[in-house]
Amino acid sequence: MAEKRTVELDLATPGLDLEGHPTRVPVGLADREAEPDFSAERMLLNVGPQHPATHGVLRLVVELDGEVVKGVVPHIGYLHSGFEKLGEYRHYNQIIPLTDRTDYLAPMANNVALALAAEQLMGIEITERCKVLRVIACEMSRIISHLVWLGTTAVDIGAFTPFLWTFQEREKIYNLQEAWTGARLTTSLTRVGGMMADIPDGFVEDLADWCRNFPAVLDEVERLLTANAIWCGRTQGIGVISGEDAINCGLSGPMLRASGVAYDIRRDRPYLDYETYDFDIVVGEAGDVYDRYLVRMEEMRQSVRITQQALQRLPDGPLNVSDPRVILPPKTAAMSDMEAMIFHFKQVMEGVPAPVGEVYFSIENGKGELGYYFVSDGTAKPVRWRIRPPSLINLAVLPQLAEGHLLADLIAINASVDIVMGEIDR
Amino acid sequence: MNPTVDALRHTFGDAVGRAQVSCDQTIVYVEAERAREILRWLKGTAGEHYNYLVDVTAVEYRDTELPLEVVYQLRSLERGAELRVKVELAKDDVLEVDSVVELWRAADWLEREVYDMFGITFRDHPDLRRILMWETYAEGYPLRKDFPLRGRFSRSEQVRQALHANPEAHYSMEELSFAQSQYDLPMEMRERLERGQRGRVPDLPEESDG
Repeated sequence: MAEKRTVELDLATPGLDLEGHPTRVPVGLADREAEPDFSAERMLLNVGPQHPATHGVLRLVVELDGEVVKGVVPHIGYLHSGFEKLGEYRHYNQIIPLTDRTDYLAPMANNVALALAAEQLMGIEITERCKVLRVIACEMSRIISHLVWLGTTAVDIGAFTPFLWTFQEREKIYNLQEAWTGARLTTSLTRVGGMMADIPDGFVEDLADWCRNFPAVLDEVERLLTANAIWCGRTQGIGVISGEDAINCGLSGPMLRASGVAYDIRRDRPYLDYETYDFDIVVGEAGDVYDRYLVRMEEMRQSVRITQQALQRLPDGPLNVSDPRVILPPKTAAMSDMEAMIFHFKQVMEGVPAPVGEVYFSIENGKGELGYYFVSDGTAKPVRWRIRPPSLINLAVLPQLAEGHLLADLIAINASVDIVMGEIDR
Repeated sequence: MNPTVDALRHTFGDAVGRAQVSCDQTIVYVEAERAREILRWLKGTAGEHYNYLVDVTAVEYRDTELPLEVVYQLRSLERGAELRVKVELAKDDVLEVDSVVELWRAADWLEREVYDMFGITFRDHPDLRRILMWETYAEGYPLRKDFPLRGRFSRSEQVRQALHANPEAHYSMEELSFAQSQYDLPMEMRERLERGQRGRVPDLPEESDG
């Protein structure tokens, strides 16, 4: 039998209660000092760099008043690898493996962006088939990136199931990516002037199948979250930024569009013939965490639409440009044909020189505007390779978004920014 | 060429230097002293309205005679126009340019990165400190051409410094001054706060043979 406990009351006096048990006065209540006043006291809390909710090695020093965030100072650089410096020592094609490792949740889109930037610098026109395949690569990357975002954000806010469902879908699309590129992360899919490889047999059918089935999974996730009272309570009105502020802060991608600014590089500065595809620019209204969620959800559906159109129009024909100074000759030719061997040798040893000049080229990546800025002095290696990392510029707004919210909301806001540290620290 | 260049020349005269087009993108060089004024004009003037700061970065050429360049990549979201504004800084001069954070908050971290990687100081920046490298990083500015790819110090020296580094030194002055008002800070951090310094490399103990 559980021991009967007495209730401690301030007013109780020593004696017996109705059932004959002794009542107790709380020990030392009478001469205890008044509770110290903590209202003016602030706490400095260190979140990360090793914390699952910071999505990588991000460290946030948070100033707290109780549970309310009074200030955030983000510290980055834990993953700094000097990619931009490394790029100055490499041929344009040799830079492509570096881009895999920047935004490692969408490596194929990074490869495409780099190849497009180098091609614009060198004045190379790529083939139609290559264009369409690159669109497919970009949209697959966007979906992968958004799926990871959706799963991890849901976990951060306390819903575990969407994580399992989104990662299952991500696995399927990763299998397709693996069949195409041979890798799940280090894809290095593109080459200047073309692609590393054409799609394998059956890829079109498999991807079309996946495109048919995927929206149903999105619907299921939406059924779990979109009208869920807890989800809405945790995301609506949290981390609001106006469209004007978003532009001033240089935000891009879903962060910008969730604030009501209909700006999408695919439509406003089209590349890869995006203007010929039929898709909608998804725009939010409130600019809060919830709208960023809605925007990304709808963007995945639009990506599926674009992928389906690309699969339908995928033309036959050559994949790479037919310029032996740019594209490596086939291995068999390089081993048997003198001229092909010379081109092979020159490309591998000397690289492809770019004319003197510079180019800034940007694509709409899952995270936002991914820009590459090349400065060339006429050699095969760039003088300067600058990455414009969308997550870095989006993350810079975090202190402003989180101020005045609860610590738990800080985690939700940080998740909604959708950062990837490989790209922020480079 | 972007018609903005002519408008700039008309308004600012000699402060606007040469302009060129590369890959259909217009580049215009402006005087360092008036860069902020010109950028403010580009942002605020009707008909120009470059309201979006895409990127701030810097370029150093392999030719050591050439000056360093600070590069502002501007865009007008409404008009879809783009302009790259460059400021040249002679290497033998002091590397300083006015900060544009008051115009675009996007410039905050971007300027910090340029400061961190190239050693260019931005006047009036609210919080100019290293961003990717740590505050006590002593090897210099990694993206400068005189900086070797593997770093200035030997690998053993780098390891030694890392092992002797004070992790507390990673707190910014802002955080320190806040902590000072609330708690008792360790002596070293309090000293750092009083000096108002950005942190320094700790004096390394003598390397022992054992």
